[in-house]
Amino acid sequence: MAFLIRQTLIYSVPLMIVALAGVFAERSGVINLALEGMMIFGAYIGVVCMNVMMSLGWFDAVKASGNPWTAQWYLLLAMFVSSVAGSIFSLLLAFAAIHLKADQTIGGTALNMLAPAIVLFMVRITAKQNSLLLASGDSATWFMIKKAMWGFDKSQKLSVLGEAFLNKVYLTTYFCIILFIVLSVVLYKTKFGLRLRSCGENPQASASLGINVNRMRYTGVMISGALAGLGGCVFAVTTANCSANGDVAGFGFLALAVMIFGNWKPLPIALGALLFGLFKCIAASYATLDVNGDGYYVLANLGISSHIYRVLPYLVTLIVLAFTSKRSRAPKAEGIPYDKSSR
Amino acid sequence: MENKPFFQREGVKTILASLLSIVIGLLAGAVIIVIVGLTNGSIIPSAIWDAIRLVIAGVFNTGRDAATGALTFGFNPVYFGNLLFRAMPLILTGLSVAVAYKTGLFNIGAPGQYLAGTCATLFLALSIPTSSIPAWMVWVIAFLGGMIAGALWGCIPGLLKALLNINEVIACIMTNWLAAGLVTWAFDISSLKNVLEGTKTGYIYKTSTIINDVVVDGVRTISGAKIPEGAQVLATRGGVATPKLGLDSLFPGSQVNAGILIAILLAVVFYIIMEKTTLGYQLKACGSNRYSAKYAGIKDKRNIVLSMAMAGAMAGAAGALYSLSGNTEFFWTTYQTLPAVGFTGIAVALLAVNNPVGVIFSGMFMSLLNINGQQITNLTAYNEYITDVIIAVIVYLSAFMLIIRMWISKKRTKPGDKSGKPDRKTAEVSK
Repeated sequence: MAFLIRQTLIYSVPLMIVALAGVFAERSGVINLALEGMMIFGAYIGVVCMNVMMSLGWFDAVKASGNPWTAQWYLLLAMFVSSVAGSIFSLLLAFAAIHLKADQTIGGTALNMLAPAIVLFMVRITAKQNSLLLASGDSATWFMIKKAMWGFDKSQKLSVLGEAFLNKVYLTTYFCIILFIVLSVVLYKTKFGLRLRSCGENPQASASLGINVNRMRYTGVMISGALAGLGGCVFAVTTANCSANGDVAGFGFLALAVMIFGNWKPLPIALGALLFGLFKCIAASYATLDVNGDGYYVLANLGISSHIYRVLPYLVTLIVLAFTSKRSRAPKAEGIPYDKSSR
Repeated sequence: MENKPFFQREGVKTILASLLSIVIGLLAGAVIIVIVGLTNGSIIPSAIWDAIRLVIAGVFNTGRDAATGALTFGFNPVYFGNLLFRAMPLILTGLSVAVAYKTGLFNIGAPGQYLAGTCATLFLALSIPTSSIPAWMVWVIAFLGGMIAGALWGCIPGLLKALLNINEVIACIMTNWLAAGLVTWAFDISSLKNVLEGTKTGYIYKTSTIINDVVVDGVRTISGAKIPEGAQVLATRGGVATPKLGLDSLFPGSQVNAGILIAILLAVVFYIIMEKTTLGYQLKACGSNRYSAKYAGIKDKRNIVLSMAMAGAMAGAAGALYSLSGNTEFFWTTYQTLPAVGFTGIAVALLAVNNPVGVIFSGMFMSLLNINGQQITNLTAYNEYITDVIIAVIVYLSAFMLIIRMWISKKRTKPGDKSGKPDRKTAEVSK
């Protein structure tokens, strides 16, 4: 059970934060189809950043000092660098969508193609293979928070909740949940959030009240890029074992589906992310899933083909979308370039 | 129309805009090559120049001079033939995206439809006994089967869009991954996994492989073209491949076959459907405004599904022709990867501004980049992903193709002449 909760959270958190990234762009009026590309770019920059820190000897110093908590600061730094990179990358979309009044779907698709191409091009040149890994160790070695770090004895048995939330967890999970709550409040309870959302509904009206629509949309897309880049880094650390190979397993697109499913609102998005996280978790680890801790692998022994678990997340997405699409309400002005003169 | 100066014609402007985005894309690629070459210590300056030449003209490459190590250029029939061969699926997936786009749908589902086509074609081509039905008929059945499978797979996002108003982009992406999972499943439980040629594992038989269902000592088994002694042959399967029609003597050593002619023919057929028939008009009307088309008595829902079905059929045909060429092998555990040719189809269609005839040329161009990329990997310290970067840049530029076209018109008109801008009156009417 503890494993199921922990693992579901690990899959849900990037979905949640990247879906929120989509919300910030779309609420400001720009369709962000490039979430996948931004994640890929963020994941790559995150891994590069960790490798740089490693080559500077920071991680060896952590090992020598015997205080593993220091590595968490380095992880935070990598996450920060990733989000800055994602934000810069998203400027490409913002520039095309806002200044050149481009087709945002095509612009987003272009970024989705550009990110893996550049990442693979660079990885192949620098790493001489298709995947950039950490120079030594893996994410579990450096970043996983184990129960010993809290002062528990290694042989001590924790309760289910303790096992789920304190042992073998990553800082990214909690950081992203807090960030998600803070940004949701910003979007709904502050003046800035209201203005941003107004630009996605009726930009002409916003402009008449003195809001700079283009600046708001730039802000929205850049926050979106930062969150997606962060989500990419989180994915790289928790799911991809600190490797970057120009692929985030379709998480960006799943996040897009979560956003639509969540009706562009934070709370339903969080719930949707948990649902998809659960199915992703089942798909990835059905073979060793021990729900009640009696050593019996329920799902693996059901006799259902592993292929079903693999297609399940996508099938569920489609079915859920089919049921929720009727009440789905996208921001009114999303995808429409802002034109001062049209009303 | 005919009286307009050359550079004012719509078609000319469109072609110029596409050529311009190609040039900018190649320039961007060259700049990246130079920057990476200068900042990366392991790349020598001559490699930078080699890579730039290969990115533009890799298809003319004839290897390296044995004495000096310099690149040599000339007509290379192998690369030209392969260019045509690889253009074949690209033209078809490009058509797939272009046809849907004309109806206002963004078909990012071509990879899934391509897989559906591949799967159906391989099953049909390798299961129908050629001992009872002539091989050419099996070819036709397999090809049509692939097209139908692609069309059915394309219908799913079409139906979801038409009936439930689900964004087709999301639906397409989900059906892509579904297809990848289901195709893996289908081949996993099939008996088409290549066991006769034990050199590589994880592949399906080529359609040209001859498989004999035989009984040896009362045990049913299969054998290759060579039948073991004393075995009784029940049926023969496989041995199906697209005819070469003499193209192999034109481009000796390459993979080219008549499939490229079929692809070109289909592009022309789609041009006629789109431009000269009522159906095409209806589809385009739905694309420009679904609701006013409905108001005018056009069945919008039917047309959306039909458009996605046609798009799917084209992507399915791409998969079918590629597998039926007889010398390609399908790696069947594909549940984690989608065929890149489906995504490149988007670039092909956008570069051609969704014109079916234009797709022929842009498909060839993308195929050229693909060949060039291969040369870069083989001959320099760089790798083929630089061509993916170029393709992405071209797609990015095509997002604001309209601006580029307006910019071209402005350049060619004297100040004060407003002919390059849309007429205000017609613009209002079209709203």
